[in-house]
Amino acid sequence: VTADVHGSGALLEHVIPPAAHWSLLMRNGRSLTLTARQDGANASVLLFAAHDRVDRLNIPDTLKAQMSGRVCAPMVLMSDRGTALASVTGPSLAWHDAITGHSRDVDVAAFGPSSYAADRNEWRRSARAGLLTELRKHGRDRADLHACVNFFSKAAVADDLRGTLSFVAGHARAGDWVTLRSEQDLLVVLSTAPHPLDPAWAPGAVAASVHPAAPWEPDDPSVTFRPESARALAAARAVFA
Amino acid sequence: MSPAIVVPAEQALTESVLTEDTAALDVIVAAGDGFAGIVPAGGEFRIVDLCGNQAADTLFYDAADLANRYSAADTIREQGAVYLSTGSRLLSADGDELVRITADTCGRHDTLGGACAQESNVVRYGTHTRHQHACRETFLRVGAPYGIGARDLGHNVNFFMNVPLTSDGALAFADGVSAPGKYVHLRAARDVLVLVSNCPQLNNPCNGWDPTPVRLLGWWSA
Repeated sequence: VTADVHGSGALLEHVIPPAAHWSLLMRNGRSLTLTARQDGANASVLLFAAHDRVDRLNIPDTLKAQMSGRVCAPMVLMSDRGTALASVTGPSLAWHDAITGHSRDVDVAAFGPSSYAADRNEWRRSARAGLLTELRKHGRDRADLHACVNFFSKAAVADDLRGTLSFVAGHARAGDWVTLRSEQDLLVVLSTAPHPLDPAWAPGAVAASVHPAAPWEPDDPSVTFRPESARALAAARAVFA
Repeated sequence: MSPAIVVPAEQALTESVLTEDTAALDVIVAAGDGFAGIVPAGGEFRIVDLCGNQAADTLFYDAADLANRYSAADTIREQGAVYLSTGSRLLSADGDELVRITADTCGRHDTLGGACAQESNVVRYGTHTRHQHACRETFLRVGAPYGIGARDLGHNVNFFMNVPLTSDGALAFADGVSAPGKYVHLRAARDVLVLVSNCPQLNNPCNGWDPTPVRLLGWWSA
């Protein structure tokens, strides 16, 4: 499968450097493609309804409604308010982690001291620090943080009593990609800091491109995936009815 | 087909020595009702599944800093396992221990399934469930006097609920691993605001299709 998203007609193209943070306001009816530029890249992503001060991605509701412990196509990413924020329309990977959270300063400190003064823009920063800074640019703060999706990363779960987790190193390769179709106007906030369970500090850059996307039709894979997915998509169309 | 998870009856169950007669808090939370209160640092808190197979949706907050709230993702990652049981440290988003499970006669508890809401019930079960009572309604009602609003509702613990996540990436709501009288016992690592919604869900087996009361007990010096 190849993503036909790198051609002409992009509304926006941007490369987020390794271990950096970024945010994007994206209209309904767009596709956002994230592409790993290096092996082992990670993108910790938060989603908010741009028009709604309190509606945001709800990972438990997304997972339980679609009987999944991971994020993959053609799942619908659902909000607290029971609406589709985005549909996962085209990943080259069948597993994106959504249960183990983003890195914190303490995780990054394990790799030794780093500062802007010493390392300039190569300094090591946590996903949490980056996500909070980016949230604050939009008038949001700690109370708005929710469980993220770690695109390009996988924490495997064992079929034992505890549900033991183990990080899968090298899950994503350079060139792996994922596409989200916005189902409402969105605020997307992300960090390219390494996954918190990654034993190595080897952050990768992630390329983002935004294109116009056709609205879903009744035969759309995300609509036909499950009745729950279809109902969340219908609820998104009824926002501001 | 997902691999089956067998929960052996002899799994590591642990009991508390504290008895009801010395409790500073002793309340029955009716089916579909809720509770909010502060458990002081060092205080002990117990939730008893009186009738069995009853999900107790629970949120924890640093009482001095409500944005420093329970984080399911941080808790799961730092313990390296999906389910909660004795010894689990329930962490906040800032990485602080809020409470620790010190005894557990049930065996394991879910923190992936979140709470039911009228809106998510519509997604899962259809429009006819839009006005059925749900946990999110209870959290907003009992949390409001403590300053908890929609922004502050994170992803909760579901005590006594069995939501197996399997190695192939499937997630299911299975019948409860709990039974009448099973309990979970927690110790607060700092002053903690606890919100409990005794789940009113009627559309899946998390409450055995018949929501029932839970009992809350607390031990601390006033």
